[in-house]
Amino acid sequence: MMGSEDDQESKVKMETLFLREESNSNSNYRSAMSTLSDSRHPSIVVTPADSDPLFAPPSYYNESRSKPNGGNRDSSSYLEPPSYADVIFSPFDDNSEINGSDDGGSSLHSQSSDSLSRSPSSLTSDYIKITVSSPQKEQESTNSMIPGGTTYVTYQITTRTNLSEYGGGSEFSVRRRFRDVVTLADRLAESYRGFCIPPRPDKSVVESQVMQKQEFVEQRRVALEKYLRRLASHPVIRNSDELKVFLQAQGKLPLATSVDVASRMLDGAVKLPKQLFGEASSSVEVVQPARGGRDFLRLFKELRQSVSNDWGGPKPAVVEEDKEFLEKKEKMYDLEQQIINASQQAESLVKAQQDMGETMGELGLAFIKLTKFENEEAVFNSQRARANDMKNLATSAVKASRFYRELNSQTVKHLDTLHDYLGLMMAVQGAFADRSSALLTVQTLLSEISSLEGRAEKLEAASSKVFGGDKSRIKKIEELKETIKVTEDSKNVAIREYEQIKENNWCEVERLDRERRADFLNMMKGFVVSQVGYAEKIANVWTKVAEETSQYNRESS
Amino acid sequence: MESTEQTRSISGSMQSPRSPSSLPYLSVSVTDPVKLGNGVQAYISYRVITKTNLPEYQGPEKIVIRRYSDFVWLRDRLFEKYKGIFIPPLPEKSAVEKFRFSAEFIEMRRAALDIFVNRIALHPEVQQSEDLRTFLQADEETMDRFRFQETGIFKKPADLMQMFRDVQSKVSDAVLGKEKPVEETTAAYEKLKHYIYELENHLAEAQKHAYRLVKRHRELGQSLLDFGKAVKLLGACEGEPTGKAFSDLGTKSELLSIKLQKEAQQVLMNFEEPLKDYVRYVQSIKATIAERGTAFKQHCELAETTKLKEINLDKLMLTRSDKVGEAEIEYREIKAESEVATRRFERIVTRMEEEIVRFQEQKTEEMGVAFHQFAKGQARLANSIADAWRSLLPKLEASSAVQI
Repeated sequence: MMGSEDDQESKVKMETLFLREESNSNSNYRSAMSTLSDSRHPSIVVTPADSDPLFAPPSYYNESRSKPNGGNRDSSSYLEPPSYADVIFSPFDDNSEINGSDDGGSSLHSQSSDSLSRSPSSLTSDYIKITVSSPQKEQESTNSMIPGGTTYVTYQITTRTNLSEYGGGSEFSVRRRFRDVVTLADRLAESYRGFCIPPRPDKSVVESQVMQKQEFVEQRRVALEKYLRRLASHPVIRNSDELKVFLQAQGKLPLATSVDVASRMLDGAVKLPKQLFGEASSSVEVVQPARGGRDFLRLFKELRQSVSNDWGGPKPAVVEEDKEFLEKKEKMYDLEQQIINASQQAESLVKAQQDMGETMGELGLAFIKLTKFENEEAVFNSQRARANDMKNLATSAVKASRFYRELNSQTVKHLDTLHDYLGLMMAVQGAFADRSSALLTVQTLLSEISSLEGRAEKLEAASSKVFGGDKSRIKKIEELKETIKVTEDSKNVAIREYEQIKENNWCEVERLDRERRADFLNMMKGFVVSQVGYAEKIANVWTKVAEETSQYNRESS
Repeated sequence: MESTEQTRSISGSMQSPRSPSSLPYLSVSVTDPVKLGNGVQAYISYRVITKTNLPEYQGPEKIVIRRYSDFVWLRDRLFEKYKGIFIPPLPEKSAVEKFRFSAEFIEMRRAALDIFVNRIALHPEVQQSEDLRTFLQADEETMDRFRFQETGIFKKPADLMQMFRDVQSKVSDAVLGKEKPVEETTAAYEKLKHYIYELENHLAEAQKHAYRLVKRHRELGQSLLDFGKAVKLLGACEGEPTGKAFSDLGTKSELLSIKLQKEAQQVLMNFEEPLKDYVRYVQSIKATIAERGTAFKQHCELAETTKLKEINLDKLMLTRSDKVGEAEIEYREIKAESEVATRRFERIVTRMEEEIVRFQEQKTEEMGVAFHQFAKGQARLANSIADAWRSLLPKLEASSAVQI
């Protein structure tokens, strides 16, 4: 047996590694989960980003839970009949003049959305905040044949955190390019099978010409920031080595850009640090596959590629008998469809609000012109009176128009949660797919074992007929038996892996369900509060005009 | 037939008059649109109900059936007879075939026709018109006959004379090499003309945006409806308490959608239509301005012709020609015509002066009402939106508390 001793050794190593990883990941997960379940105190934070309104609002809105009359909180106490108009700050309130600029609004937006949807910062404990900024063009410095070389864009990634995993309270920056992000995503996908890993931003199929363009770069920057923040908000992934390395390691990203087949074969059983701190470019062979094992390598490669990441595509013969799982999968699919639908309708709503604001503004401007005209040309007092009436109407129309547009940018922020969750639903798909492929591996190994055993039986039967033994056949049988043993071991590893993934799945889906429900509730609250606040403001504006024109009230009582 | 100079003030109102029966009143309502006829010849007929105590009318109440072209006939007659007065405008004929019988269009037209007739009934001079009486009282066959006459081949002699004169003046212009049309050049009148033309542009723009605003209300209503439905479906998939929250949100959204559609209709009838009416009014003033221009030209030309005839007559008298008699008759005729034309022109000027005052005051009143109703409607809508959403908050808050 060639290399059998090595096999043993590395097998043991492998198992130890696997066990260590297993307990690590479990404890990581469980400790993360227990932090989350410290729910009676307001100090839970799952979210890292404390002032970015683009990020999903925190899972646990905790304002007036302990005290019904919210004490001295922000004026957004829902239990008294409040005027939400006061809560929503606008630079375009009653006393302001009609002017053309809208710039003043945006900074106030984030302020106001802060006051409504964040817990006061004194309550945070752990936090990690990631910012992506300063895109820069850089040259490919390799020995490229092309004169001048190709350029690519790098982004500065700044992390501010007080997590102990990152060395206590600190701030640090690295420069990364998009390719690095792809690497990160791939490595995470392998290490955290069964987890709901947020999907990374798309690679672009557009030419490098477009890639240099301002708009594209900015879009990508925003997408990267969102992605990294989501990763950081995942209780387990935030502490992963991969993420740590990505955020901290200066210079070139020390993660393997491609994966050797061996670790693929064992479905991620290989512990990553070995690759991390070894040389990036060398392919680390953790396991020396047996000769017969080369067939398996080929087989698994094919399996890997054929398990597609979709819901209903034709699958190789995974026999899924877990009813609960199948039900859950279907439920998730339905949910995803409804989120898509709701997200689309939300977009239409936003457009309609936008249009309303615009047209109202145009109406106001048309009346302003009329007012000016009548005043200039006035011969009679009736004209002046009319000009005055028009002015009141116009002023209010312009104000109302501004309110509609401000409301709309709030609405966009809140309803964006729907869109965000589409990405996360994809993550669930990924987790389920991991499970399916792990199960397929197990099943395939099982059937391989039984066919190998079948072959061994046949050989034995044939060999026993030959008197004195059939040397060549006996040798073959021994080899087969070796192979069977290796395969058995792989099968056991695969089963453990599958069970682990199942558990990951279950925890993750639970967590996701809980977070999603909370996030959606918050979304609804934010949406509703801004609707109320702005409707009140708009009502005030028109009530004023109604009062100013009350002399024209002709309604019979 | 010209109306008498004496005007009575007759009170007219949109509903049954509450004034004691001794005060004269004339009130009209246009109601009950009904589709008659088939296919291409189909049309809408309206019930026109007149309530009055005026002696010229056949009793306290009269109901007749009229169609759009009858209104057109009335307006054309009044426009001819009461030059200088801003005859109230009619709603347009619909260009689009499909739209012609839609409920919305019919209602808008009915309302506009109602306003039209009542404005006429309220105008101190025009309300005494015989044509108005015909319109309000004649039976349908008589009305048909009148209407046919107007649009038919039979033109009144007066019209023929007018057409002849128009041609004549055009020819003489060409002969005499007058390129420029004869126009009044008083500063005040110039200002008025400029004002009217500019006003139309401004108003048309305001009306355009008002119409778009109606559409925006409808679109917002529709999107709220769709959003509500989608959110309810999402709630059905989602666990509690979020599922219930979505369901409540969806229901409110659907409710608000209805309110928005209602408000859209209100904005259309109480804001956009008055603006459109304003535009039409200004257009009818432009027509009156054109009439005045024609009258002025006639007056000028006839005055000039009269002078020429006078000069000619004097010449003939000096030379003791035997054509003096003929010339004298011609001269007297022309002079009489010229005086008529001048009086006609001056009457237009006088009337217009009064009409402008009236117009401005009327418009201030009508626009004021429109603005007031619009503002009230918008305030009401915004308040009910606020109330509807606000009612969700206690439940949402309670749900959040339960969540963890």
